[in-house]
Amino acid sequence: MQSLGLDVLFKGKNFVRLLGGLWVAVRISLISVAISIALGLIMGMLMAGKNRVLKAMFRVYLEIVRIMPQMVLLFVVYFGTTRVFGWNLSPEASAIIVFSFWGVAEMGDLVRGALVSIPRIQYESAEALGLTTAQVYLYVILPQTFRRLVPLSINLITRMIKTTSLVMMIGIVEVLKVAQQIIEANRRTSPNAAFGVFATVFLLYFLICWPISRLAGYLEKRWA
Amino acid sequence: MDFEAMREYLPLFKDALALTVRIGWQGVLLAFLIGIACAIIQHMRLPVLRTVAAVYIELFRNTPLLVQLFFLYFALPKIGLRISAELCGVLGLGLLGGAYMAETIRSGLESIAPIQSESAQSLGMTGMQAFRYVILPQAVSRSVPGLIANVIFLLKETSVFSTVSLMDLMFTAKDLIGMYAKTMECLTLLVVFYLIMLLPVSVLGSLVERRLRHAEFGP
Repeated sequence: MQSLGLDVLFKGKNFVRLLGGLWVAVRISLISVAISIALGLIMGMLMAGKNRVLKAMFRVYLEIVRIMPQMVLLFVVYFGTTRVFGWNLSPEASAIIVFSFWGVAEMGDLVRGALVSIPRIQYESAEALGLTTAQVYLYVILPQTFRRLVPLSINLITRMIKTTSLVMMIGIVEVLKVAQQIIEANRRTSPNAAFGVFATVFLLYFLICWPISRLAGYLEKRWA
Repeated sequence: MDFEAMREYLPLFKDALALTVRIGWQGVLLAFLIGIACAIIQHMRLPVLRTVAAVYIELFRNTPLLVQLFFLYFALPKIGLRISAELCGVLGLGLLGGAYMAETIRSGLESIAPIQSESAQSLGMTGMQAFRYVILPQAVSRSVPGLIANVIFLLKETSVFSTVSLMDLMFTAKDLIGMYAKTMECLTLLVVFYLIMLLPVSVLGSLVERRLRHAEFGP
């Protein structure tokens, strides 16, 4: 039996390249998460309000995001909008746009859910104490929603990191693409490299996502 | 928009939809079976099996389907396990979904307060009866929203099958764009076909969810 590709992994700079690819994926998801949290907070606060038109629009937006596979959205943005509007969009920019589009909807819904779950008496008591609307939110409502939100948004980060594996389809060289390149480059000397390299990629994703989702689970239990 | 071309592509997309739906529902079915099995194992606290289930759930919940598929399709043949692309799709979807389903069912079972089964037993029900008539109905109605979300999530994930050269919707669209460069037409068809596949599931899901809310206990 020939080697299963672990030697290929440590040949030259291969492993460092693999980690570099992973960083590309993580970077895209971190930027998207930052945008999602910022815009999602605003979105959620609007949605918890009373404006019917806004609510209806948000439902449609949420439904689109829930139904369309991220891969389809990536294709529509990267190949579709560039065709229609004639602009030039880098793959990274398209990926960040798509992930933010998705994340803002998810985050908005989480924020809305958290805000709605705060009993009305909290708002009323705060107002009865003479706080202005801004103060009510700043000192009473947001600190409480924060505790419910943090574990859920950490979960969103792991989901984003996992979904970044798709960006390889629009030509971003991330960890899976690097893995393919390494396998291709060593096809003749070690034809079985695919096993070791893909197993490593599998483990790398696990090693990144597992601690994050454990943290989310821990916070959820602790702050519940 | 070139509607003539779109009409020409239509049969190709229909075939692709049929393939996507076929693999999709087989995968979802497998996911349910694996999920229920794991949830039962964890609920009954069977030794050894419980650890195996926990490791499996953590492994598959924390890695992307694309990476799992690559492993099944490109890596396993190197150690002598050759699986057809279609079986890979079903297996990948089933393994990924099983982990998610197990978590959803388990948290549904766990969310039922212990007093429920204690009260049932003090009324003279056996353990089995308490589970069947008191715990299960409540747990099911609590898990259904999560399970439906999982089904939609899994059907969406089928879009990565194109990478192991299954001729699904994504593959067809990519292929046609590559050959005829009618980008907008293909992307429109792609979006429409995904809507055809997923909109009914989503609508049906929220109907079922509303219907089952009656089974819930409490205010």
